[in-house]
Amino acid sequence: MTLAKSPWIIHVNVNSCNGCDIEVVACLTPLYDAERFGVLNIGTPKQADIMVVTGSVNYKNVNVLKNLYNQVPDPKVVLAVGACASTGGIFHDCYNVIGGVDQVIPVDAYVPGCCPRPEAILDGVVAALSILENKKKGNVKGKEVKMKGNEVPSNA
Amino acid sequence: MTTVIPFGPQHPVLPEPVSLKLELDNDVVIGALPSLGYVHRGLEKFIDTKDYNQTTYICERICGICSALHGITYTMAVEKLFDVEIPERAMYIRVIVGELNRVHSHLLWLGLFADGFGFESLFYECWKYREAVLDVLEKITGNRVIHSISKVGGASKDLTKEHIDLILKMLDTVESQVKDLEKVFINNYTVKQRTVGLATMSKQLAYEAGTVGPTLRGSGVHSDLREEADWDIYKDLGFKAVVEKDGDCYSRTKVRVFELYESIKLIRNAISKLPNGEIATPIKGSPTGEAIMRTEQPRGEVVYYVKGNGTKNLERLKIRTPTFANIPSLLLTLPGIKLADVPIVVLTIDPCISCTER
Repeated sequence: MTLAKSPWIIHVNVNSCNGCDIEVVACLTPLYDAERFGVLNIGTPKQADIMVVTGSVNYKNVNVLKNLYNQVPDPKVVLAVGACASTGGIFHDCYNVIGGVDQVIPVDAYVPGCCPRPEAILDGVVAALSILENKKKGNVKGKEVKMKGNEVPSNA
Repeated sequence: MTTVIPFGPQHPVLPEPVSLKLELDNDVVIGALPSLGYVHRGLEKFIDTKDYNQTTYICERICGICSALHGITYTMAVEKLFDVEIPERAMYIRVIVGELNRVHSHLLWLGLFADGFGFESLFYECWKYREAVLDVLEKITGNRVIHSISKVGGASKDLTKEHIDLILKMLDTVESQVKDLEKVFINNYTVKQRTVGLATMSKQLAYEAGTVGPTLRGSGVHSDLREEADWDIYKDLGFKAVVEKDGDCYSRTKVRVFELYESIKLIRNAISKLPNGEIATPIKGSPTGEAIMRTEQPRGEVVYYVKGNGTKNLERLKIRTPTFANIPSLLLTLPGIKLADVPIVVLTIDPCISCTER
């Protein structure tokens, strides 16, 4: 039970409008206080257990996201926060947007909403904790995501 | 020998992905090269497929922090194309929500800035006070972050008596809390140690580099679009721009602290003068012609250019955002700064990357 009592999260902003980001940061502040679940926001992927991703993926940051995912040690859980991270949201048709985060890396839990409330994000984190514990028990390893060169749109 | 250190795109201090290649001599920055595009979605092209009403919602999602003012500026630009008279009550509602948006944005920035130099308790304090503003915004508009208060032709929601009581009650508490914060930001040893005399931007440089907003006013240039631009309502509300003359990180912080009082005053005055009547005029037809609208966002001047061609879809939408105008001055002030101070200097222009790259 030790891991789920003190999960460290890394917050990754890939292509977000800041709306979900400020709500993720608001979760860590006194009113919502994610630290009561032992959550600690950490800047480096090498020390993180849960990846909180906001925003959709575009052609410039796709490799940044893959790179960060590969660096997070096993067991790892990815939480997609917001409509953009889940499906691409209202930006899914834009020329530079690939789509939701699950197009690129495996996602374990989704928090819908534009923007989701901090309570909803906390619910997502708590859901991620049990997934994390199960992954640890089953010794589930995340696959390494292959990095291609600069991915360019096929119609470009 | 010089070393090049990449700063970002993933960095603990930055909430957003921006990449700066810092050229260092020992520990001192001698050059900085930004790399942009990590948050580019292509919204100005995207509006081809949306009609002018739907574009309001796209514009609000350019940035989550100043979303109300993006929506307001866009709708005011399109109203110029239609050349219609907007009910006065709608204009006042826009001012009230826009200024509430500025209060929350400045409190957010003050918190992030305090976190930038490791003053975590101050960060938590600012964000705690900010929640009261967000609660009121949620009660008025229905969402904490994306407010959608403005639509083409007026305001989308009306302010009721209870809303106004809520706002006034919240302003009283927030004002006394801001007074506490002011004491810390102006007098505290830690804050002064890290900000006084750091990254001084002269009046001349700030003007020539085309800086806008609190960054420009922190260098002693008296320029605030709420006084100057087409939005005359601010003249009736007794608005006075906040200007500090030193041009360092400390005076840029002071501008934002004192602007909180100014915004609170504006909201109170707008509520006391709030006229009765309709909140929206019906709009018919399709937009034609060109229009430019400028307003003062929390981060500075934003310029919207819209061009209609007689169809439901706009032909062209061009946005110049405040951070885009502030980046050149940042690159000019970075040389000579110690590497450890770079995060603070970057934060003092209040960078909003998702605005800049859209």
